[in-house]
Amino acid sequence: MLAKRIIPCLDVRDGKVVKGVNFQGIKDVGDPVEASKEYNRQGADELVFYDITASYEERGVFLDVVRETAKQVFVPLTVGGGIKTVDDIRETLRAGADKVSVNSQAVKNPQLIREGADIFGSQCICVGIDAKKIGEKKWTVYINGGRVDMKLDLIDWVKKIEALGAGEICLNSIDADGTKQGFDIDMLKAVCDSVNIPVIASGGAGKIEDFSEVFEKTGATAALAASLFHFKELTVGQVKEHCRGKGIIMR
Amino acid sequence: MIAIIDYDAGNIFSVKNALDHLGFDSILTRDKKEIENADGIILPGVGAFPEAMKKLSGFGLIDTLQAEATKKPFLGICLGMQVLFEKGFEFEECDGLGLIGGSVVKMEQKDLIIPHMGWNKLELLNDCPLMNGIEKESYVYFVHSYKAQCDDDNISAYCEYGGKVPSLVFNGKTVFGAQFHPEKSGETGLKILKNFGGLIK
Repeated sequence: MLAKRIIPCLDVRDGKVVKGVNFQGIKDVGDPVEASKEYNRQGADELVFYDITASYEERGVFLDVVRETAKQVFVPLTVGGGIKTVDDIRETLRAGADKVSVNSQAVKNPQLIREGADIFGSQCICVGIDAKKIGEKKWTVYINGGRVDMKLDLIDWVKKIEALGAGEICLNSIDADGTKQGFDIDMLKAVCDSVNIPVIASGGAGKIEDFSEVFEKTGATAALAASLFHFKELTVGQVKEHCRGKGIIMR
Repeated sequence: MIAIIDYDAGNIFSVKNALDHLGFDSILTRDKKEIENADGIILPGVGAFPEAMKKLSGFGLIDTLQAEATKKPFLGICLGMQVLFEKGFEFEECDGLGLIGGSVVKMEQKDLIIPHMGWNKLELLNDCPLMNGIEKESYVYFVHSYKAQCDDDNISAYCEYGGKVPSLVFNGKTVFGAQFHPEKSGETGLKILKNFGGLIK
């Protein structure tokens, strides 16, 4: 049986992990390569790197970080932030990413999903979505880090993403993000019921039970968290142990 | 020296990174001479079956790979494993390298999430030198939408996902295929690659 995945997300700016990681025994606490190795030791099933500056000037530094991590950590690596063209996808994959995560640009130009999937394969195209509730069982898609409402219905969008050939969806709830009140179960359920590709739950994890809840109540195949792991409130190992205890299959 | 076949199919650098980490000499190449002179061959690959065969054919590598695969350890990974078989049915019927009997078909079952993406457990079936020292029910990383159909005799390990999915295949001689990505499967995957490197004289 396929195991559910626990995925730490590292937000990277100027080649450093933002939100101050503070693992024991690591020399440079903000070094993404060291942080990745530590997450790998804890049993992380994949890693996500997010370029939060995503400026042209900083791109080289960011890709160097990806390149170095790929040489030392042998689990799948997804890279997002600032990917706008097929050339950006190619450059990111060549740096050692296994998948890219496209978000705003996919909304502005959905063909990017199709082109990326046709050239590099569906398996490496993950579409990131920031969505917000607007009514009973109704959500709309936002872009630019949750700042701009595209008035695009979430369920229509995820079906379109699947039809265009994306291999995976990473669904972030703007309402839940940062609240630490748990994942957005209703929204995840609605999306998982609408598509047949893997869905990663993102946004809202605050305690260990949130992880088992999202796997018990929705069809999400993976759960992602950033600050919770960054601030060492929980380790990946603790989360997996807890889920295992609840009968959820974990690696 | 291990030749990693570079035919514009996906993330070949991951395989190179893993071999570097293990201390095996390797080279990314599509040069016939280099492939013939190598002590082992790895055929990586992500993407679609017909596209991969078209590229291998375009680079004039089909005959070379078929000939060299009988002489030295040969490992196909993911799509590189799928093209080892006689035929693929991704979008269209397409001949593979024919190094192992069988074909590659769409994974289909109601409500099955596709691609099969993530860590799944290896169940051992037949002995294979790549599995030396690998504990049973070890997890490895998969991402694919098509699967092989072949004789049990050629299956060293399988996993369960909407039925039995051949995960590690072996022709009993020099040809191996991994449906999962050993280069992305943590310590277990590195050990499998190490076993492969160990076969090289």
